[in-house]
Amino acid sequence: MLEKYRNLGLSFLVVILGLFGIYLVSGISPYIMLKSIIISAFGSIYGLSETLTKSIPLMLCGLGLSLSFRSSIWNIGAEGQLLMGAIGATWIALYVMPNAPKLILIPMMFIVGAICGGIWALIPAILKVKFNLNEIIVSLMLNYIAIEFVNYLIYGPWKSPYEWGFPYSTKFPISAQLPRILDTRIHYPTLILALVLAIFIYIILYKSKLGYEIRVIGDNIDAARYAGLDIRKIIILVLILSGGLAGLAGVGEVAGIHHRLRVASGISSGYGYTAVIVAWLGRLNPFLIVFVSFLFGGLLVGGDAIQVSLGLPGATINFINGLILIFVLVQSFSKIRLYSTKKGAER
Amino acid sequence: MEKILQMKGITKRFGNIIANDKIDFGLNKGEIHGLLGENGAGKTTLMNILYGLYTPDEGEIYIDGTRVKIRSPNDAIELGISMVHQSFKLIQSHTVVENVALGLRDTSFFYPHKQIEKKIKVFSERYNFRIDPNALIWQLSAGEKQRVEIIKAFCRKARIFILDEPTTMLTPSEAKDLFRLLKLLKGEGISIILITHKLDEVMEVCDRITILSGGKRIDTVDVSNVDKDKLARMMFGQNMVLKERQEYSINFYEDVVLEVRNLTVLNDKGLPAVKDVSFDIHRGEILGLAGVSGNGQRELIEAITGLRKVTRGSIKILDEDVTNIGTKGILNRGVAHIPEERMRMGIVPSMSLEENVILRNYDRAPFSNSLLLDYGIISEYAKGIISKYRISALNEKVPAGTLSGGNIQKLILARELSISPVLIIASHPTQGLDVRSTQQIHELLLKKKEEGCAILLVSEDLQEIMDLSDRIAVMFNGTIRGIIDIDRANIEKIGSLMVGV
Repeated sequence: MLEKYRNLGLSFLVVILGLFGIYLVSGISPYIMLKSIIISAFGSIYGLSETLTKSIPLMLCGLGLSLSFRSSIWNIGAEGQLLMGAIGATWIALYVMPNAPKLILIPMMFIVGAICGGIWALIPAILKVKFNLNEIIVSLMLNYIAIEFVNYLIYGPWKSPYEWGFPYSTKFPISAQLPRILDTRIHYPTLILALVLAIFIYIILYKSKLGYEIRVIGDNIDAARYAGLDIRKIIILVLILSGGLAGLAGVGEVAGIHHRLRVASGISSGYGYTAVIVAWLGRLNPFLIVFVSFLFGGLLVGGDAIQVSLGLPGATINFINGLILIFVLVQSFSKIRLYSTKKGAER
Repeated sequence: MEKILQMKGITKRFGNIIANDKIDFGLNKGEIHGLLGENGAGKTTLMNILYGLYTPDEGEIYIDGTRVKIRSPNDAIELGISMVHQSFKLIQSHTVVENVALGLRDTSFFYPHKQIEKKIKVFSERYNFRIDPNALIWQLSAGEKQRVEIIKAFCRKARIFILDEPTTMLTPSEAKDLFRLLKLLKGEGISIILITHKLDEVMEVCDRITILSGGKRIDTVDVSNVDKDKLARMMFGQNMVLKERQEYSINFYEDVVLEVRNLTVLNDKGLPAVKDVSFDIHRGEILGLAGVSGNGQRELIEAITGLRKVTRGSIKILDEDVTNIGTKGILNRGVAHIPEERMRMGIVPSMSLEENVILRNYDRAPFSNSLLLDYGIISEYAKGIISKYRISALNEKVPAGTLSGGNIQKLILARELSISPVLIIASHPTQGLDVRSTQQIHELLLKKKEEGCAILLVSEDLQEIMDLSDRIAVMFNGTIRGIIDIDRANIEKIGSLMVGV
């Protein structure tokens, strides 16, 4: 328990060191920068609402990834799975049932979005269990395919005739747009969905048979084999769930914020990658992931803000994110190593 | 005889375990010296000390009569010592030349590969074997990879070659080629240490043999003065004072629980590890499976428990054919499995004790319904197990990996016995455990026997096998060399079957 907080604390220390590095390069005081990030992200109603908005896709992707990472399957493809979810939702909203009532249309968009994300994750799953291909490479490469697929659609067949040549799809009908809280951009149905799913995933992981199997496979695949677990089935299931959750995030983005399909970089500013950090920093614990998502939502908002107010390059915040990821990874892997040497000594 | 290497009074401890106890070892120039012993006898530790991977706690090493300190493999290579490991340390995607070049010092600045290629050519012509210097490592067979390792050692101008179990991965004809090469190298004045537990090999190629057992040196002998029987006795019999067992009688029921017929199983390399093996185990019988490890016991066990595919032959449990039905199917027919490597396979270290107790039947009532686990019942059940089997743990929530070895084994045993098995496969059940845990585990197994379980007991500990078994099957080189009733078994007989005499 104590260690969890210590890790969190240490990670923030790295953020501060990173900020100091930025100071050396740009000459902007880290205090001012940090203050600017915190105030813009958490210091006003508007800032908080934006932070919460950006934390929604992080939560969904992070929760999905936690399932996958918990079973030692390294899905790096949340970005692509999110985009496929966005495509699925757009397809339903514009081409399959644009005239359906809201109460049917929105759930259908979420369901189909989740299926699309799940199918996108099914590709690395099948290649892994059938041909023993590395899921890291496959899922990562599929991100680029998904990005180009989105771009193909909006520059090609799905390009709207009403947008003066901009690479946008047609705007969603009102019945396909998610409601928001007052005049913020918080599309609360997705937020509620994410929070409910956090509880759901907690139950899966710690109370269900599937969660038990996931943890056995993740910690000791030899024991899983010995206990007669159907490892292939579970790998496939986990990746489908993981991709499905990322797909939901994509639905939320297009139905809640953009109300159309647009260029991939406009739909997701790397949520699928940031969610990797979120999942690890949240120690793969669903509730901690929700909390960390909120912090990282703030970091993204603050990153936008310091671009405008301090004139720092947009990549600054990616730099900080990267630092945190390296730190988190080093920590968790050094831990694994420590553990296995201990095991070796036991033998 | 000119002594090239002298190790004097080498002692190495790992915690409380003494892996090497005041070992003296001498190597003459131009000899092949076998280092013989069971697994855990201390052979590998001694050689790792010589190669600089471990530093000894006590003792001295002399090379050409001068005392040396070997702090790392670099020091060892500098002194002309080279080691060919059991698993080759080669870079799969590089060529033979590139692998030989790795770590080589005196190469020319321009076109070093030309120079090395020439060296390899000279070497392969001189010793009459073919190897393509530009082949990629992954394309080579195990035997060829081993030659690359030997060429590496040769190019480093090594004078002492250490070969760790060199024939494990080889086919018989590759092994023959290797021995021919070793004899040629010996003729050039190179000294070779051959770590092995195979008696045929030492008798075939070695000049002298040092026998280790339990971390101590038993003796060093000339091959001409010994035979395999004598060596077997030294390997297994020397330190063993057999306790009298109360009654050496066979007692079990007529009905067959496990029937294995003409079983052939391949190892990870795709070579046959179990060859045409047949045996039965009856209700209430403990069949001891003795043998030096690496003779197919592991593959046999894995085949019976569904972890490894059977290539030919059949396995029947209670007259039902269960060949290749998979782990779950075997488990569902009431087969308990106490695995060989308990930390690797037997438990999930980061998960709690209670979650480990249900590892084999978590998916059944009362522990779970179709979706959820019932942790209330699981906790109660785990508490019951902990007190019944006297597992010392703080509570049922602690991670299983924090328990001591003995308690982990008791946990595994408790879990396996609680499925009310008809057949128990116990693989090295007491290896590395203290006397008290060993005693408890033996009592449990005997109790199960009385209740009518059939038990297959695999062990390298002959005392254990003699104490518990009704009959003893001895495995050597993938076949069962004989099944002996306990009242007619003695340690010499088993020992010599174990080494294939």
